[in-house]
Amino acid sequence: MAELKMRVWRGDDQGGALQDYSVEVSEGEVVLDAIHRLQATQAGDLAVRWNCKAGKCGSCSAEINGRPRLLCMTRLSDFEPGETITVTPVRTFPIVRDLVTDVSYNFEKASELPSVSLPPRDADGKRRMAQVDVERGQEFRKCIECFLCQNVCHVIRDHEDNKPAFAGPRFFLRYAELDMHPLDTHDRRELAQGAAGIGMCNITKCCTEVCPEGIKITDNAIIPMKERVVDKKYDPLVWLGEKIGIRNKDTDGREAAPKKQGSPVKRPAGKA
Amino acid sequence: MAEINESIEKHQYDVVVIGAGGSGLRAAIAAHDAGAKTAIVTKSLLGKAHTVMAEGGIAAAMGNRWPEDNWEVHFRDTMRGGKMLNNWRMAQLHAQEAPERVQELEDWGALFDRTEDGLISQRDFGGHRYARLAHVGDRTGLEMIRTLQQRAVELGIDVFMECTITELFKDDAGAISGAFGYWRETGTFIAFEAPSVVLATGGIGKSFKVTSNSWEYTGDGHALALRAGAALINMEFVQFHPTGMVWPPSVKGLLVTESVRGDGGVLKNSEGKRFMFDYIPEFFKAETADTVEEADRWYDDKKNNRRPPELLPRDEVARAINSEIKAGRGSPHGGIYLDIASRRSPEFIHKRLPSMHHQFKELADVDITKEPMEIGPTCHYVMGGVEVDPDTELSGIKGLYAVGECSGGMHGSNRLGGNSLSDLIVFGKRAGEAAASYSSGVQTRASVDGELAAAEAAALAPFDPKGDENAYTIQADLQQTMNDLVGIIRNADELEASLKEIDKLKERAKHLKVEGARAYNPGWHLSIDIHNMLLVSECIAKAALARQESRGGHTRDDYPGPDPVWGSKNLVLTLNASGDGVELAEKPLPVMPDELKKFFEDK
Repeated sequence: MAELKMRVWRGDDQGGALQDYSVEVSEGEVVLDAIHRLQATQAGDLAVRWNCKAGKCGSCSAEINGRPRLLCMTRLSDFEPGETITVTPVRTFPIVRDLVTDVSYNFEKASELPSVSLPPRDADGKRRMAQVDVERGQEFRKCIECFLCQNVCHVIRDHEDNKPAFAGPRFFLRYAELDMHPLDTHDRRELAQGAAGIGMCNITKCCTEVCPEGIKITDNAIIPMKERVVDKKYDPLVWLGEKIGIRNKDTDGREAAPKKQGSPVKRPAGKA
Repeated sequence: MAEINESIEKHQYDVVVIGAGGSGLRAAIAAHDAGAKTAIVTKSLLGKAHTVMAEGGIAAAMGNRWPEDNWEVHFRDTMRGGKMLNNWRMAQLHAQEAPERVQELEDWGALFDRTEDGLISQRDFGGHRYARLAHVGDRTGLEMIRTLQQRAVELGIDVFMECTITELFKDDAGAISGAFGYWRETGTFIAFEAPSVVLATGGIGKSFKVTSNSWEYTGDGHALALRAGAALINMEFVQFHPTGMVWPPSVKGLLVTESVRGDGGVLKNSEGKRFMFDYIPEFFKAETADTVEEADRWYDDKKNNRRPPELLPRDEVARAINSEIKAGRGSPHGGIYLDIASRRSPEFIHKRLPSMHHQFKELADVDITKEPMEIGPTCHYVMGGVEVDPDTELSGIKGLYAVGECSGGMHGSNRLGGNSLSDLIVFGKRAGEAAASYSSGVQTRASVDGELAAAEAAALAPFDPKGDENAYTIQADLQQTMNDLVGIIRNADELEASLKEIDKLKERAKHLKVEGARAYNPGWHLSIDIHNMLLVSECIAKAALARQESRGGHTRDDYPGPDPVWGSKNLVLTLNASGDGVELAEKPLPVMPDELKKFFEDK
């Protein structure tokens, strides 16, 4: 056992401050272990989200020495001996308490996204897709919804007013996944451009850098999706075809997906 | 801070589902599709439930790899894996309906790995005769929860996130009338009026020190059901997964998927010996390879070879590992070796086991493509749960349903890997439909107003300034007790001692002290959950003491073999008259009809 110096942000939506702690830690531990020991021995009411403690659920996102990380996947041995570890809540979302933030923005954006729409199954009741075709979407479905990509995205991290018109990297990933689904019948490009605001992304790749799953969000999802949106908008043949009515509004024979409204996620009616 | 009688937020629904893992989401979707006004209430954020941690796959006899596979073979494997203590009807429905439930996930956007023909791929797992698990690498649970979550959101089903249910309400006739809980974010209370409640709260593993389970697994549904007057069965059967991480200490217990063995990994002791050949039980001799050569041939030729002993059901493998460690042939950190590095190419391992590679690399500095993993048994799953009607998942209480890990019967004394994810979606759908149908027939909805004050007072009790006990300390003491005295190998003396310890902990838990206020206060949350943990721990210890035999996930070194008399009965637990403990009774197993018995007559 060794002593670890920690500074943890404590407070709520009315304000707060970093508090100093000293906590016992042992070999092989991660930051979440230290936080848990704080809870059990010194600060029983320290608020932190966590579930799996295995990097699979994406609950314990926070900023550690200013870097957005999962608390459960950040090992204490990554830091210099004697170094003070500072833990603060993710910055882009409103504070609830201590390390817990209100991430309902993400659930609202999720509810605006039309889901997959597949044709009927094959005659034997099964579907057929090639492994190589599902792998593109599978990369994006590795997403554990830790929302660290949303947290570091400049479009919303520093510009609260962009939030209504911008879905963020996590949901561009979802647009791209649906767009690349081998059997999906919907065209989501207008939605990605309009309602989701993919055009506001200026591909600084901050999202890709923080992704704990190593998903190439910018290169494999956002840029291809941007290109497909642009193809639709500026391809002169598409434009002409639509004007003279020989092409469907949708260039792939896919139906334009409708925008959805209203998150079904409920919030508390008041405070205690 | 702990004032009573604020006005309580109240909602009316036809069906309230507690829990948002695979079974809860599937139940809610089914209830919604049947026309019921449905709410999902979850302790965590949507999409974080324990289902995300499931790795290997969903067992369903789709026959995509082996056309010989069908529901009858799956049914037989499941019953034998559970040492015939399963509720036969649940095992039958499960085997029959799992394939369509998996196809349905694909309709809703799941992207499973494919066969060469483009069908859903299926992989090998312990206890399954054919390659049967539909999978997505080693993150199948994440795919399931994301698919169901996206479907539920698409349908517009109301979700109450980070909202914990503490009590169920019943009307004068003894039927369910609603539920009560608190918002974690604010600490404010919330009440639901609903004639149907579906419990989908998962398991109990957080009562054990070494566990693969998350903080949520405090036995909430088990305890809510007991307090509402329902019964639990099979609680003595706790599955210790053979392969959990053992080092570093911080991750001790973290799951290492069975797919490592399904995909060719083998178990070795410190002498480098593949020891599982020494532990093939009589019950499985006819279907298990007894030489290394035959075992290795099986991966490519299943028709002419028998299964490697590493792929025996989990209870057998966990006991074998435990014996090797006790005999002094363990690894430096008290486990044994799981080796895939020497048996498969790095490319294969990266493709099939990406999460495992990531997990060991990040958390233990071990590259599983180059060196063996150190692993040991970890508390993983409780076979026991609410006793339900097999077709509708209705408990003994009108309007109260239970699905998934918090229900009992389906898996008997031991669950086969892959049968949990399929259990969730098969019985989730059935429960949702049954709950919706029942609610549509309930004309007058009972008010819960008369119950609110007492429920509120109970939830706020830990703020009583007279208390002096720390819930975290009691939890740690309980985890140690269960690990030491009610673990993988049990005996009467230790089980009796565990019940005394649990009684002491229950006494201490009457005097809890919570620091801070009500808004997002984990210390308060645990002070409520700890009572559920103590109640289910008592169920496990009491049933384990009563069952004087060894079977599946219950091993007694004072009664080392199975006993056919015990094999014909379940142990049933109910709340005692004073409400502060549990009572135990024996009940005969439902008798399997003759047309199903025939599957067990040939070897």
